[in-house]
Amino acid sequence: MSPAIIYSIAGAALFAVGAYGLLVRQHLLHKVIASNFLGSGVFLVLIGLGRRSDGPSSDPVPQAMVLTGIVVTVALTALALALIKRYYSATGLTTMEPPEPEEGAR
Amino acid sequence: MSLALHLPALLVVVPLAAAAVAFVVGPRAASWIALVTGALTAALAAAMAWLAVTTGPVSYAIGGWGAPLGINLIADGTAAVFLVLVGVVGLAVTVFATGYFRPATADDPGPGHGMFWTLWLFMWASLNALFLTGDVFNVYVCLELVGLSAVALVTISEGAEPLRAGMRYMFASIFGAMTYLLGVALLYGAAGRLDMRQLAESLDHSVAAQTGLALMIAALLLKTALVPLHFWLPSAHAAAPAPVSAVLSALVVKGSFFVVLRLLLDVMPPGYLGDARVLLGVLGGAAIVWGSLQALFQQRLKLMVAYSTVAQVGYLFIIFPLAAAGGTVLPTALLGTLVHATSHGLAKAAMFLAAGMALKRYGHDRIADLAGAARRTPVLAATFALAGVTMMGLPPSGGFAAKWLLVGASLEAGQWWWALVVVVGGLLAAAYMFRVLAHFIADPGDRPGPVGNLKPLRTEWVPLGLAACASLLLFAVPLLTRLVESGTAMVGAGVIP
Amino acid sequence: MSRPSRTLPALPGIVSLAVFVVIVRAVLSIPPTGQGLATQVSQAADSIGFKNRVTAVLLDFRGYDTLLEVAVLMLATVTVLSLREEPCVLRRPISRRATAVLATLNKGLVPLAVIAAVHLVWIGASQPGGAFQAGAVLGAASILLALSGFARPRWVGRGAMRATLAVGVLTFLAISLLAIYAGGDLLQYPDGARKTLILVIELLLTLSIGVSLAILFLSSASAEDGVDR
Repeated sequence: MSPAIIYSIAGAALFAVGAYGLLVRQHLLHKVIASNFLGSGVFLVLIGLGRRSDGPSSDPVPQAMVLTGIVVTVALTALALALIKRYYSATGLTTMEPPEPEEGAR
Repeated sequence: MSLALHLPALLVVVPLAAAAVAFVVGPRAASWIALVTGALTAALAAAMAWLAVTTGPVSYAIGGWGAPLGINLIADGTAAVFLVLVGVVGLAVTVFATGYFRPATADDPGPGHGMFWTLWLFMWASLNALFLTGDVFNVYVCLELVGLSAVALVTISEGAEPLRAGMRYMFASIFGAMTYLLGVALLYGAAGRLDMRQLAESLDHSVAAQTGLALMIAALLLKTALVPLHFWLPSAHAAAPAPVSAVLSALVVKGSFFVVLRLLLDVMPPGYLGDARVLLGVLGGAAIVWGSLQALFQQRLKLMVAYSTVAQVGYLFIIFPLAAAGGTVLPTALLGTLVHATSHGLAKAAMFLAAGMALKRYGHDRIADLAGAARRTPVLAATFALAGVTMMGLPPSGGFAAKWLLVGASLEAGQWWWALVVVVGGLLAAAYMFRVLAHFIADPGDRPGPVGNLKPLRTEWVPLGLAACASLLLFAVPLLTRLVESGTAMVGAGVIP
Repeated sequence: MSRPSRTLPALPGIVSLAVFVVIVRAVLSIPPTGQGLATQVSQAADSIGFKNRVTAVLLDFRGYDTLLEVAVLMLATVTVLSLREEPCVLRRPISRRATAVLATLNKGLVPLAVIAAVHLVWIGASQPGGAFQAGAVLGAASILLALSGFARPRWVGRGAMRATLAVGVLTFLAISLLAIYAGGDLLQYPDGARKTLILVIELLLTLSIGVSLAILFLSSASAEDGVDR
């Protein structure tokens, strides 16, 4: 098992865990962390695929893609956190729906 | 004229520069910058469509390198149709918004602390970029840009519900974008290319490539809100301010659909994921039925219009099971899909803008309590009626032309069940539109009348104009035919044998 | 807080597992020898004199991606600013006062950070480095200053902040349009001036990125965060 395959499989695992977290976890911060898992998973897969050849140089295009992806992820995470903070100060909630079922006032 | 060569690049650069400048100069000058840029960008889009018709599709190599090293922009007829739609709806929404939002003063800069115009110009630039790009990784960046500006514009309203809807949209957007990027990673691993045209030539039937494309398309379906992945759309489109909802329903969902169109028609080699194309058609039919039924039972106008979007998106996917049939099926279906996208864009924007006006004039958007609107605010009711003509598919509207073409294509391909779906969809649309219009015509009783008077010239006649364009779009079909025939640059690499 | 789920929800679990299996199967099916763009990139990068292949890809071959990505960062910052509860930006320092320890630390660290940032941009052409890395260092230094209680100097006003935020994108756009004026396509640097133009873009991008990161962090500070006055 070359390092490239290990990276890619680890990336796939991270992606799966992130997907699970994003779907299941209710707390908004947990959802943000799960999104970061998704991102890290994809980046690992990209790096793994770039390192496949046994030659000295790894493919720079996946590295550039990962750099771009990291910046985009940072921007989105920052926005998500700002939204959560604003939502919290507006409603006092940390989940999308209120914990106990209630009829929303229309 | 050498500048004409650079139109594709200008279509992205001009609104992007304007967005940055609008941010620096502050809220009071920003609306003027937006108006000027809007007019300029719409004109550039029209010019590009003209060029696409007269000189054929163009591939623009950014940086001079060209694929595989660099990124190409593809300026062909299909992209031109969408770019003109973005231009027309964008300009209309810009004009509307200058009347809809209070003008910026020193102590009240306007929505989002005066940053609405910057965010809107970013959105415009990103939509243009999405429709022009010919590189699958660049699609990822454009998708993130569009998604981010959409979330930004949704959360600009006050209150908890826009924040909640915006966050739901954001998480769906992130999930979709990451899944898409994973697909790109697998595709690059399998084929070593990122350019769409080169991928079309070099893709083989490997597991990795098929998985990659499947992931990409699944992610794009989430972004286009095709049933059953539509959960985020109704609340987001309903909670946003009216100009934003118009753009989201009319343009943003078409962006990710356009990438699906390119991938399935141009990039994907024949024989890939064969049954998946039928699945897409089935999901489209399900969207039409489910969205229309949900729209029928909504109490609030904006939610009804949002569910109508869910339904109308379904029509766009009927082309995929038809694409493999020979003869003139594919061009007819493609033309029908594009006419549908255009007329839906115009009519849906009109409906949302009108719904926004209803909200402002009556203070609420409960359908039952809008009784009597036909007499009290006739322009508003007329806008809805005209938009409904397109939704239902009555001649001479674009909706009629689209349904006619799709039915024709289905019958020619021998897959008559899609024709049935289209017809049923028209009937269901008639049901939910007539329900609203019936309330408008009804006697208001003692319900309070409209208040306020917000610059009726811009805010009421602009939506009416949009709806009127949609309802007369049948006469524009020959022009659209010429645009489509002058090329999808690559159609043929995929499907026509 | 979040309730730990008693029973593992079945459907998302199955979906995630299925996704994992699908991806691993796809990855393992790719033949180990690469057929990526590495050789073409190397040759082209050598022809323009960039030893660092990644910088060449980021700022030259696929510069359009970088342009849009910088737009994403600016857009996120503008959005965070639009979400603020009070309209004014960075009116007061975050923490109360700069203690002697923090002040001395900052006097040494912050100038070092600035030098490190410039160095990272400068060597980005031939070794790992570049605008984003340098921008991150600058952003961290600004956050350090703010957290240590340094008051914002008077000349860093709203206008200056907006201008610095926008200057990266605007410079990138201006230089790409300059390429058209010089007779090429968008972002097609004229051959002689390539390295200079890229350096200018990177320096101004560093500034914008640093300011972006600082604003993204500091803009969420609200009145209850233990602030003086």
